Amino acid sequence: MSRVRVLVGTRKGAFILSSDGARKRWKVSGPHFAGWEIYHMKGSPLDPDRIYASQTSSWFGQIIQRSDDGGKTWNPPGTKPEDLMTSEGMPKGESNMFVYDASPETGKPLTTHQWYDGTQHPWEFKRVWHLEPSLSDPDHVYAGVEDAALFESTDGGKSWHELAGLRGSDTGPKWQPGAGGMCLHTILLDPNNPKRISIAISAAGTFRTDDSGKTWKPINRGLHSEHIPDPTAEVGHCVHRIALHPSRPNTLFMQKHWDVMRSDDAGDSWQEVSGNLPTDFGFPIDVHAHEPETIYVVPIKSDSEHYPLKGRLRVYRSRTGGNEWQALTKGLPQRNCYVNVLRDAMSVDALEPCGVYFGTTGGQVYASADAGDNWKPIVRDLPAVLSVEVQALP
Amino acid sequence: MIRVILPPNLRTLARVDGEVELEVKTLVSQRSVLDALEERYPMLRGTMRDHVTHLRRPMVRFFACGEDLSHELPDAPLPDAITTGSEPFLIIGAIAGG
Repeated sequence: MSRVRVLVGTRKGAFILSSDGARKRWKVSGPHFAGWEIYHMKGSPLDPDRIYASQTSSWFGQIIQRSDDGGKTWNPPGTKPEDLMTSEGMPKGESNMFVYDASPETGKPLTTHQWYDGTQHPWEFKRVWHLEPSLSDPDHVYAGVEDAALFESTDGGKSWHELAGLRGSDTGPKWQPGAGGMCLHTILLDPNNPKRISIAISAAGTFRTDDSGKTWKPINRGLHSEHIPDPTAEVGHCVHRIALHPSRPNTLFMQKHWDVMRSDDAGDSWQEVSGNLPTDFGFPIDVHAHEPETIYVVPIKSDSEHYPLKGRLRVYRSRTGGNEWQALTKGLPQRNCYVNVLRDAMSVDALEPCGVYFGTTGGQVYASADAGDNWKPIVRDLPAVLSVEVQALP
Repeated sequence: MIRVILPPNLRTLARVDGEVELEVKTLVSQRSVLDALEERYPMLRGTMRDHVTHLRRPMVRFFACGEDLSHELPDAPLPDAITTGSEPFLIIGAIAGG
């Protein structure tokens, strides 16, 4: 029988939940990295026991951790005892070194972006928001960081370099921080086209490369954001999350600050599909593992009231790729619930039926083993949940 | 030997309990102590001072002998009591927020 492993990043450590394929009884391991913020953990699709984690702290900065045994043991890449004893001498200890590329060789070194007051502000590395392991090599992994930039490692996370073409694109000086900072929080790899990557930045928008990251273009046509001076500007949109189904990578779904959107041309144009949602503000969006037109969002009251409408926690599911939405409530608190669900805190598993998972700022992780029809908390009272990823294991 | 006390989060990261003892062969200063510490524990690089500029991270403080030495020059000699090991060199995470 298949197994499931849920990787939960929280404000004060990481937790790993595991179950058999029935997804009824769960074991909880953790906290790992107690006291540290774990923004994200994700396993390699080629080697599920290879897991990368972003461990961060306002005091002590960024740490990258890696497990090669499914989360039982962890090490910052390049600092294991056996690494220390190699004939090459001491490791460089650079797995937490994210330095923006300002070399003239990259063409357009960029050192400032727009600040809250409209002035230009230097790019300053703060943390890694999202780690996206490559689809073709367990040692290859991408990192989306704040201040917004895309880095990659091809040596299992031991060293990182920036894909500077993104920040160096013409629009870079117009990017500005959202309320959560100027973060690159979503990285979508196209399974049919290894040179194509789509990313999203708050608050700049969505961008795509078709040449493995050398050049990028904004893909925000069709977005309408009333909180910026030009509501249809090329950049400046506060995109909260984008998602795709691997079988149809040209179809993208987006939860924007307000509005749920879809694109059927890999982001070249977008249409609103908020339909009958009670509010179209929210953070996460995800796609059913087996049904490319079934999508999930968690509507949140507003950008100033980050909790569900009327204290009722509801996932909304559309089986039509948007516009027509159904509230999913069974097993979710329907009174006095004022938690939030953050952008990286929803995931699906590939079992049959599809499992759907999300974590809350109140420390619960809810799971549905039947595509959203019924829910239950699989762990409660953790620190605020920042991210949830699920792995289906043989 | 130089005695160093790390804050809890960095003890977890370096997988040490209690104090760390370091041998520093050059002039005992903030820089030489941190250099020795990072050489022994590479995972601590970047956590106390910036990788590139080597400037102290804003919310990290250095205390010794009842004094806050955070604003001393990195190459300034540390007190004799640190050099002899009779007092520890404390690396502190500033108390700010949760």
